[in-house]
Amino acid sequence: MSSKPNALSQSSVSSPAAVSPVPASTRPFYWSVRRELWEYRSIYLAPLIATAVFLFGFFMALALPHHRHQLLASIETQQLQPILHPYEILEGLLMVVGMVVGAFYCLDALHGERRDRSILFWKSMPVSDLTTVLSKAAIPLVVLPAIVVGLSVVTHFFMLLVSSAVLAGSGLPVAPLWNAVSFVHNSFGLFYHILTIHVLWHAPFYCWFLLISAWARRTPFLWAFLPPITIAIVEKALFNTQHFWHYLMYRLAGRMEAMSTGADSTLLGGHLTPLRFLCTPGLWFGLLFAAACLFAAARLRRYRDPM
Amino acid sequence: MSLIEAHALRKSFGSFAALDGVNLQVAEGRIVGLIGPNGAGKTTALNAILGLTSYQGELRVLGQDPWSSRDRLMRDVAFIADVAVLPRWIRVSQILDYAAGVHPRFDRSKAERFLAKTTIAKHSKVRELSKGMVAQLHLALVMAIDARLLVLDEPTLGLDILYRKQFYDSLLNDYFDRSRTILVTTHQVEEIQDVLTDLIFIDRGRIVLSCSMEELESRYVELLVRPEQLQAARSLGPANERAILGRSVLLFQGVDRQHLAALGEIRTPNVADLFVAVMSQRRQPTQGVPQ
Repeated sequence: MSSKPNALSQSSVSSPAAVSPVPASTRPFYWSVRRELWEYRSIYLAPLIATAVFLFGFFMALALPHHRHQLLASIETQQLQPILHPYEILEGLLMVVGMVVGAFYCLDALHGERRDRSILFWKSMPVSDLTTVLSKAAIPLVVLPAIVVGLSVVTHFFMLLVSSAVLAGSGLPVAPLWNAVSFVHNSFGLFYHILTIHVLWHAPFYCWFLLISAWARRTPFLWAFLPPITIAIVEKALFNTQHFWHYLMYRLAGRMEAMSTGADSTLLGGHLTPLRFLCTPGLWFGLLFAAACLFAAARLRRYRDPM
Repeated sequence: MSLIEAHALRKSFGSFAALDGVNLQVAEGRIVGLIGPNGAGKTTALNAILGLTSYQGELRVLGQDPWSSRDRLMRDVAFIADVAVLPRWIRVSQILDYAAGVHPRFDRSKAERFLAKTTIAKHSKVRELSKGMVAQLHLALVMAIDARLLVLDEPTLGLDILYRKQFYDSLLNDYFDRSRTILVTTHQVEEIQDVLTDLIFIDRGRIVLSCSMEELESRYVELLVRPEQLQAARSLGPANERAILGRSVLLFQGVDRQHLAALGEIRTPNVADLFVAVMSQRRQPTQGVPQ
């Protein structure tokens, strides 16, 4: 990329390009990601709003004498499950918001720029189609997971501080709460869960959506969901089996089920070891499929005209 | 060296040949007008040159194949594909950040100087700007790119006359120097004819005329013929004849000027008249043929 095109050396001396100083350093990938955040502000607004709504509910509950007594009682009786509940709900909420935002983002990312013809402007910049597609894939695979983990961890810490203050105000010990929630352990657990499930295991879904977004002339939403559903229905009708549907569900939720039904009842089970995860053939098959989708999306972006 | 070289360039959409064997050379330092009726293949030709569409045949822009190396080519080529392709949600300051962040030849301070001459506010979103202001913004962006080739496809479509005039004025005064090359298509031919150094007419996917403005002057003559000389003038084989205010105006190609001067008033045809003459000449053989 850094080598000068041959044409430059053949041109006349008077050419401004030939005598201009070395081009300023550029960061096409970084600015392409920034660009996505400018356009799709829901990427960070949706998780922030969800967190704000959740926190509002959390504080309301703390302010209600009835709920506060429950919290104090569960500390006194060592029944910690009710205490953990809000922390799990926040994690689950942010994960779902992240997945929904990621899916809708991917379906629009390569479709919207053709719909409003702005692709003609983006293509006038020296940014390759592959860089563009990769920067868009980075939103559901890097940016959103980072927001979910970061926001969860920060909010958890904040909730712990406030709960501790309430406990201390009532003259109760704070340690049982911190032991129950085990902040550091949970934060690493959440990071591991997001990285394995929401990034690596779910990558094929997001990349499939990006591919459809690059391909569809109209209604990418329909094109993304109709083929899998049709296959599942046809399979059911012809063979009376549901292998395809079950596989999709397994891709979407299977790993999570495996975790939540485990014996470990902390916020995140540690029984899905990295080694076992990396040895799952489905992981590598899925990543291969995801890479193929991204490559095809980049090719399509080159061919597709604005609409 | 030619900046753009096309040989037997073809592009079909189904059975329709948008480009039907185009041969084209554009030399450095020229301002070339690509002019043709609707559906003639102008935009397809520009899209091929910009790497926005695939094609058959040979095409080199700055020595590169635009289709396979669009992103590299865009360091040295700037274009305005159409009015209103700037994303509507973006802020002026963001679009400057972005261009400065990805384009090695974009000079941000230059763009800001151009914008300072307009009423465009830095924090405005594109959707809040009028159509003319969007065109000004896009032009400011493009002029701040130290490009060797600038391609403009109907850059002033839908703008009022003030903006159109301003657009070409700043292009000439603030941007063009002898080392840059501009390729422009427009329907408002009369507005750019004084700007152009070269003229290319395209029709039905083929180049029907390609010459410099100097060549045009020596090749084509328009004669406001005196009524009593009309027969004599017609016998010289005019390429086109039309009537203005009761007087006949004949267009001649390759006929001696002195000879014509004896029959009336001679002048160099303007591009629009020449365009109409060339196009109607091409249409004539097919006229009257039952569909």
